[in-house]
Amino acid sequence: MTDFAFVRSEMTAAQPAPNRSSGLVAWLRKNLFASFSDTILTLLGVLFLIWAIPPLYGFLIGRAVPPGGTVEMCRVENVGACWAYIASEIEFFIYGFYPMAEYWRPNVVFALLVLLGAPLLIPKVPFKVINAVVFFVVFPVVAVVLLSGGSFGLREVPTEQWGGLLVTLIISVVGISLSLPLGILLALGRQSKLPIIKSLCIAFIELVRAVPLITVLFMASIMLPLFMPQGMTVDKLVRALVGVTLFSSAYMAEVVRGGMQAIGRGQYEAAQALGLGYWKRTGLIILPQALKHVIPGIVGNFIALLKDTSLVYIVGMKDLLEAVKTKNDAIEWASPTQSVTGYIFAAFIFWVMCFSISRYARYWENRLNTGHKR
Amino acid sequence: MASLDGARNEAPRTSLLNDPVIRGIVYQIVVGVLVVGFIVWIVNNTAINLAAQNKTTGFDFLWKTSGFDISFSLFPFDRTSFYWQAFLVGLTNTILVAVIGIFFATLLGFTIGIARLSSNYLISRLATIYVETIRNIPLLLQLFFWYFAVLKAMPAVKDSIALPLDTFINQRGLFVPKPLIDEGFTFVWIALIVALVGWFLLGRWAKARLERTGKRFPVFLAGLFGSALLIAVVWLISGAHLTFEPPVLNRFNFKGGVELPPEFVALAFGLSIYTASFIAETVRGGIQAVSHGQTEAAQALGLKEGDRLRLVVIPQAMRVIIPPLTSQYLNLTKNSSLGAAIGYPELVNVFTGTTLNQTGRAIEVIALTMLVYLTLSLTTSAIMNWYNARVALVER
Repeated sequence: MTDFAFVRSEMTAAQPAPNRSSGLVAWLRKNLFASFSDTILTLLGVLFLIWAIPPLYGFLIGRAVPPGGTVEMCRVENVGACWAYIASEIEFFIYGFYPMAEYWRPNVVFALLVLLGAPLLIPKVPFKVINAVVFFVVFPVVAVVLLSGGSFGLREVPTEQWGGLLVTLIISVVGISLSLPLGILLALGRQSKLPIIKSLCIAFIELVRAVPLITVLFMASIMLPLFMPQGMTVDKLVRALVGVTLFSSAYMAEVVRGGMQAIGRGQYEAAQALGLGYWKRTGLIILPQALKHVIPGIVGNFIALLKDTSLVYIVGMKDLLEAVKTKNDAIEWASPTQSVTGYIFAAFIFWVMCFSISRYARYWENRLNTGHKR
Repeated sequence: MASLDGARNEAPRTSLLNDPVIRGIVYQIVVGVLVVGFIVWIVNNTAINLAAQNKTTGFDFLWKTSGFDISFSLFPFDRTSFYWQAFLVGLTNTILVAVIGIFFATLLGFTIGIARLSSNYLISRLATIYVETIRNIPLLLQLFFWYFAVLKAMPAVKDSIALPLDTFINQRGLFVPKPLIDEGFTFVWIALIVALVGWFLLGRWAKARLERTGKRFPVFLAGLFGSALLIAVVWLISGAHLTFEPPVLNRFNFKGGVELPPEFVALAFGLSIYTASFIAETVRGGIQAVSHGQTEAAQALGLKEGDRLRLVVIPQAMRVIIPPLTSQYLNLTKNSSLGAAIGYPELVNVFTGTTLNQTGRAIEVIALTMLVYLTLSLTTSAIMNWYNARVALVER
């Protein structure tokens, strides 16, 4: 015997979510004012922002002298950043003492770097192999011929005249593209079962990782000429390149080794069972997995290398930092905020490059994250 | 390849050329000969080059008078001192700035690393901005900024900026009060040592009692108050005096107090700020590596909030944090060599810079410098390996 008092025949309209669990108020409550101590922290944070932002805005934009301004405008009391100084010296910051009539040559190299590099970085663009061959084999030759000249009717420009961002980019691009393969070889050597090769690799890696980059650069710039046969000189830029590349490859080797150690023994054994030889086993089975594991580490090394290129300043190379520092001491733009502005500009350039590399790496990490998600 | 060793006991049916073991030996001999040949070639070239430049070799230069001054050193050094003393000054200056940098970088790094994990949106965002900004700008550039753009732009001595606690900052550096202690203070030091030993023994006793009876004892509070009480009583009885001598502005410069040169301040500050951003990431990674299940299991066991952190989360996080943290400390020590670029007289500046230029003994000087850093690194990694073996997870 059933006796229903009430049976609903249609759905009631949905009610809005309670204020406490959704919407702006709830978000604020959860993220900023969850507890008493949280509220105090938030208030301290807000006080910090109030203290920091207006002066920062005033310095960078409000009281700053925009590009195109004059020195006199930068010399007034309580002036902000002197962007006019940056704008008027920008060519020196990019090319250094490279002859002005030949600026088109670095420009072509920059353009080629972007045109050939960008398709390599975007996964969807086809012809990766051809692209890579062109980028890593043809492009360096073209770049060297174009920049140094002396052939094809181009005026010769000795490397002493190169400078600024040009040198920074050359050292980083060469360093990055040479240190990864060298690092992989060193890591393989370190993992090898052949005692002589193994101990040589360990000695090199540990020695280089133990000392600061400056001493490696000093060694490259002072001792490399001593090591060469008489009469043979090594270009200053090449010395710096050798130093930076060797230094970075030791760090790269350790990162790659970490990735190789993370791979289970079963992978090696399965590859052996398939009858693959050492190089096929390494190239087709081990390295693709190992490198995938350690992308963050590899990119971290790339960023470290990019930042470390600024150290070549100490052994007398003319990179971006050196260009900025030289001009900061120049008298034509002498003004109270000249050097602060210069360093902020250089810092911004480095920051943009490093930050975009790390974002790009994050993107690849997500793309390659096949089946390791929990 | 050695995994094929077992198969070799069977009759090998392959030609000698394809035998992996023999191939391995051949490869190694080839590499060995190449490396030895390369070294002989380099040594030979170097000898010829040095002979052509009429340069002598050897470490005898260390016992010659240096003839240069060092602006900042912990012990007396002047132009009549020997080169080995210059080496020691550089070494101590490197260690000094490294120790101070490590102290502040750890404090700042742990604070920011924990702040990045805060549930407070504003705080975690501010910490993220700090880390992402500082990490992506070269250290040398930051040092230049602090030294040339900030400290060198400070007002002249007579317009020094006064900071709290009798501290002044100007173009010539940072002036802080100097603590002065009298003889009575010996007793206070003894009391401090006694208090620390007592604290340690109290901790052992409390742990033994906890395991025997299950009763807790507030070791930390008791230790803190007991030590403070002991030290205070000894201080009062012994009549020791601790006074601070503040820097006082004379006509031309400050008198009294401790003067920290701008190079030192810029280097210590820059190194701390830069390394802190890396330590923050290490700390964040370490804490995130402890899975949430651990906290929940500790909760289920009925541990209090403090015990959960102290006994379960922090020990596991530290296992992940400590190895990269040590390598950050090493990085800081190696990065202190950048002080050479802003004129702080540390090892590379004094030795690889001035000494090398004056004596021309490139190989000896660079080898000695590298040896110092190599010793530091190898010692640290030896200690690290010992620590890792101690805290490693013992699995079945």
